[in-house]
Amino acid sequence: MHAEIGDFIVEILQNAVESGGRHIRLDIFQTPDSFEFQIQDNGKGMSQSIQDRALDPFYSDGFKHPGRRVGLGLPFLKQALEAIGGEFTLESTEGMGTQVRAKFPLNHVDTPPVGSLSLTLLTCIAFPGEHELIITRTCSDPAIEYRILRSEILDAAGPLEEPGTLGLIREYVESQEDEHG
Amino acid sequence: MAKLSLDDLRKLRDEKRQALEMRETENKTVQIIVGMGTSGIAAGAKQTLSAFVNYLQEYNLTNVSLRQTGSIGLDHAEPVVEVRMTGMPNIIYGKVDTGVAKQIIERHILGKELVDEHVFDRPAPDIVEGV
Repeated sequence: MHAEIGDFIVEILQNAVESGGRHIRLDIFQTPDSFEFQIQDNGKGMSQSIQDRALDPFYSDGFKHPGRRVGLGLPFLKQALEAIGGEFTLESTEGMGTQVRAKFPLNHVDTPPVGSLSLTLLTCIAFPGEHELIITRTCSDPAIEYRILRSEILDAAGPLEEPGTLGLIREYVESQEDEHG
Repeated sequence: MAKLSLDDLRKLRDEKRQALEMRETENKTVQIIVGMGTSGIAAGAKQTLSAFVNYLQEYNLTNVSLRQTGSIGLDHAEPVVEVRMTGMPNIIYGKVDTGVAKQIIERHILGKELVDEHVFDRPAPDIVEGV
């Protein structure tokens, strides 16, 4: 099971990238009581029967992920949220895309820590591919609000394969989060 | 830290690129690939990636590209990292935490010797095809 909420974000975002979606949105809303994220893609989507099976940890269609045959992202997330009284929704339409929403109560003793958000977002941005990723982040306390477009940040920091790019992206996200402030 | 703008980021990149061009005597690129599947993430692959970002800066290694991929396949040995460079065989290292990341930089990339205790070779071909 994942140690941080950020791990779930990376995992579900990777699904969105692998779904073939060209446009992916990651929205993060945080209050003192809750941490919510929503990931939306316009990839291949899933039929109702595949959605049901996607939540079964023992199911894989053998080819849903390039390069690997199993996936535990959605079942892990759902199970983690059920255990702490969180909210989970999965909406998907075949050929249209998928939307996953997860809301973690932050006052439950078993809620995993959020983890370093700048590291999480760096990892999300660094998945290879030509897709656009739009990240919005809102936190009420401390007040944080910013928006990142993957295309813009790669244009500024350089292509992913260029040495040093990941370091620059991390620095940028940290400065938005003000993690070392 | 003041908030960086995208223009600040461009300037930083240009500064780093100039430093790189001045030093670039041999154009041999090293690739470090971090596996980021479910088990990799659960085992701390994000922290491993971040450790490499730190060490590349610390050692000023400007000819090393760092990227991430899905699961490389050796789930029992996560976090898993592949290193490709000329003059060395392609190696898959397992159980790469921050300390091992440092050894990979110092011994494999700079010293051109294997970090023996963490070599896991390649996964079985039926797990990963076409790698």
